[in-house]
Amino acid sequence: MLAESLALTAALFIIGVIGVLIHRNAIIIFMCVELMLTAVNLTFVAFSRFYGPAGQVFVVFVMTVSAAEAAVGLAIIISIFRHRQTVDLKNINLLKG
Amino acid sequence: MLLQSAVSAASQLHPLSGTIAEWVWLLPILPLAGFVINGLLSLAGAHFGPSDPNTPAHDDAGHPHADRVVFVQGDPQITHVEADAEDDHHGVKRHRWAGAVSVVGPGVLILSFLLALGIWQAMVAANPTTPFLQTYFSWMPVGDLQINTAFQLDQLSMVMILVITGVGALIHVFSIGYMRDDPGYPRFFSYLNLFVFFMLVLVLGANYPVLFVGWEGVGLCSYLLIGFWFNDKANADAGKKAFIVNRVGDFGLLVAMFMLFANIGVLDFVGVSAKAVDLGAGSALVTTICLFMFLGCTGKSAQIPLYIWLPDAMAGPTPVSALIHAATMVTAGVYLIARSSFLFSLSPVASLTVAVVGAVTAIFAATIGLKQWDIKKVLAYSTISQLGYMFIGVGVGAYVSGMFHLVTHAFFKALLFLGSGSVIHAMHAAYHRTHSAEDAQDMRNMGGLKRYLPVTCVLMWIATLAISGIPPFSGFFSKDEILGSVFARAQGSTLASASWLGVPGSTLLYIVYGIGLAAAFLTAVYMTRMMLYTFHGPTRTGTEEEQALHEAPWIMTGPLVILAILTIAGGWLNLPEVLTDLVPLGPREVLAHWLDPVVGGSTTRIIAGAPAVPTSTEEALIATAVVIAVVGILFAILRLKPANLPRARDAVPEHGFEGVVAHKYYVDEGIDRVIVEPTYKVSRTFFWRIVDNGLIDGLLVNGSAALARAFGWMGSRLQTGNVGIYAWVLVVGVLAMLGALTLR
Repeated sequence: MLAESLALTAALFIIGVIGVLIHRNAIIIFMCVELMLTAVNLTFVAFSRFYGPAGQVFVVFVMTVSAAEAAVGLAIIISIFRHRQTVDLKNINLLKG
Repeated sequence: MLLQSAVSAASQLHPLSGTIAEWVWLLPILPLAGFVINGLLSLAGAHFGPSDPNTPAHDDAGHPHADRVVFVQGDPQITHVEADAEDDHHGVKRHRWAGAVSVVGPGVLILSFLLALGIWQAMVAANPTTPFLQTYFSWMPVGDLQINTAFQLDQLSMVMILVITGVGALIHVFSIGYMRDDPGYPRFFSYLNLFVFFMLVLVLGANYPVLFVGWEGVGLCSYLLIGFWFNDKANADAGKKAFIVNRVGDFGLLVAMFMLFANIGVLDFVGVSAKAVDLGAGSALVTTICLFMFLGCTGKSAQIPLYIWLPDAMAGPTPVSALIHAATMVTAGVYLIARSSFLFSLSPVASLTVAVVGAVTAIFAATIGLKQWDIKKVLAYSTISQLGYMFIGVGVGAYVSGMFHLVTHAFFKALLFLGSGSVIHAMHAAYHRTHSAEDAQDMRNMGGLKRYLPVTCVLMWIATLAISGIPPFSGFFSKDEILGSVFARAQGSTLASASWLGVPGSTLLYIVYGIGLAAAFLTAVYMTRMMLYTFHGPTRTGTEEEQALHEAPWIMTGPLVILAILTIAGGWLNLPEVLTDLVPLGPREVLAHWLDPVVGGSTTRIIAGAPAVPTSTEEALIATAVVIAVVGILFAILRLKPANLPRARDAVPEHGFEGVVAHKYYVDEGIDRVIVEPTYKVSRTFFWRIVDNGLIDGLLVNGSAALARAFGWMGSRLQTGNVGIYAWVLVVGVLAMLGALTLR
């Protein structure tokens, strides 16, 4: 039962990673990051089913932090959009060396 | 306060401990204090002077020097005439602190001399047979190398101390008058004081490294004082030349010290003299050490091949020439050999080398002295020649004779130099009067000065007779003793039985004796020539200029008189036994008995039971020397016609051999061609363009900068600013780490 759960969460996580890697749209990347967080949350839940409730506590924490992160992240994206009229990361390379 | 602990060779107390000799450290400290005070005053009162690049242009446009304060009181004649007479070519504003400096500068020397007299008295009373050692602190305690800052007081250093402080004090007093209007007055005295400090360290040092400190220090002061008027490039160059040539010699002394330490492990005089025999008498090792040490002596004491700096050193003020380049510093080499007699007496070959080099230098410099026109250059070559005599003396193991000639030479050569300073002083006044650009040191511009400088003339004649070897002046006794020793050692001594480059030592010593006699003849000739052209015949200075010629003030002639008395009486320091009938006054061989504890053993080792020269022969030798000196003087008087001498600006250059001699055998030109120019060439093409520009600047300095820039460029390529790439790198990195952890 645990193995299947972990396989599912791993698959979700990898989808998130691949999404981050191949997409250029900041919103989509952002959503993929959220997907990765969700995959991790699911892992915690799966573990707590077998090893006790500590995982549940972590999930609450992660959801709190990810909510805050979503707020900040979306604010940054909106701010970038207002400046550049685009959220395509290809064009956003101000930190170029 | 210095930590004092008397370390005696034996466990019992030294006879000098507890006496005034405990204050020996104060001898060099006094001049050092003078240096500090005068140096600070020089800085405190700094205004327009040679050290200021913004000095107003030469003041010879004829402004009346009304702003000058006359320091020497009670001598109104100085006020107008002398004020213009200075030997400086620069600004003429008198230094604010000149009064204080005139007290401190010579004062510390006089105090030092009085202290030296006290110590000498204590030494006469105690009559120690071993050196009095004072260890102050440990200087270089490195493993086996234990070097202390220690002073050694014995009869040899006592003689040197008395000469340095005594003659030095007189020259300091003379300088008050001579340098009176120089803007660098306090600087001059601080350098002179520093010089005396280092010279005293040199002769007081109880080991070679301490001696070397003084040795280098006097070289430094010599450089500073030769280039004292450094606004003139020629003077600055002369200072550099002296410094660089001396470095060559110092290298030799350093190598000798290294070899001593490597082979016997000690460097203090007591230790080396005890262990010197371990090096093996006559061995190649001890000969090499002695020859390297002698290389140092040729540099400092201006012998062939390193004599070239001394004539140029005349660029310094005349008191400097008297103090450093005649009376004291240049005798350091003679002192070093006498001090190291325990080494040189072990090596007949090295001793013969010293004697031969001394003899060749004596005659070589004497011939050059025949054709010089600059009065100070004549004296410079005369100094080189006389130093050659001293080296003949210490070379043949007659250490007492060498030291004796050192002392008498200090008297009469200081007198000659200061006398020439008095002449130059007057000549400057004369040419300053008309703002003439004539050379005030050229004898062709002098002549007939006895009418204007009668005192100087008489005093310099005394010194001339002394240096020529006319009895009863001091030079006669000392020079004669050297020649007599050479003759005596040509039979039966260790030197006579040794061979030098295949020549038997005996033959060689007879040749040295012959050269010595020839040099004595030439000495008489060129010194008489100098006196004739300077003081006799018609005055060639110029009608209007003549009116400004005058005798120097008492502060300058006073030291001259004292030196003249010493020049006359100096011979009594060491009257020879043989002249008992002729000179019935005074005790015999005082200096020989005095120095016996220091150099007696070495002298005996060299003589090695050689038969004493019969009294009749010895008297004949002395008679020969006197006759030769008299003939030389008469030859010069009869041959030279001061009346026919043209002035310097009308002079035609000499031709043929005379021209070669006048150009000092083209030695300087030869050295330029063989050493200096190739050095320049190699430096310009190879060291500058290839090594410095190419290797150091190009490869190392700019190369490391380029390398850093290249790494920076590569690093900056990674920073694309594109978040996607960063994410890729992050993921690849995480995967790599996970993979590494998994596969571990």
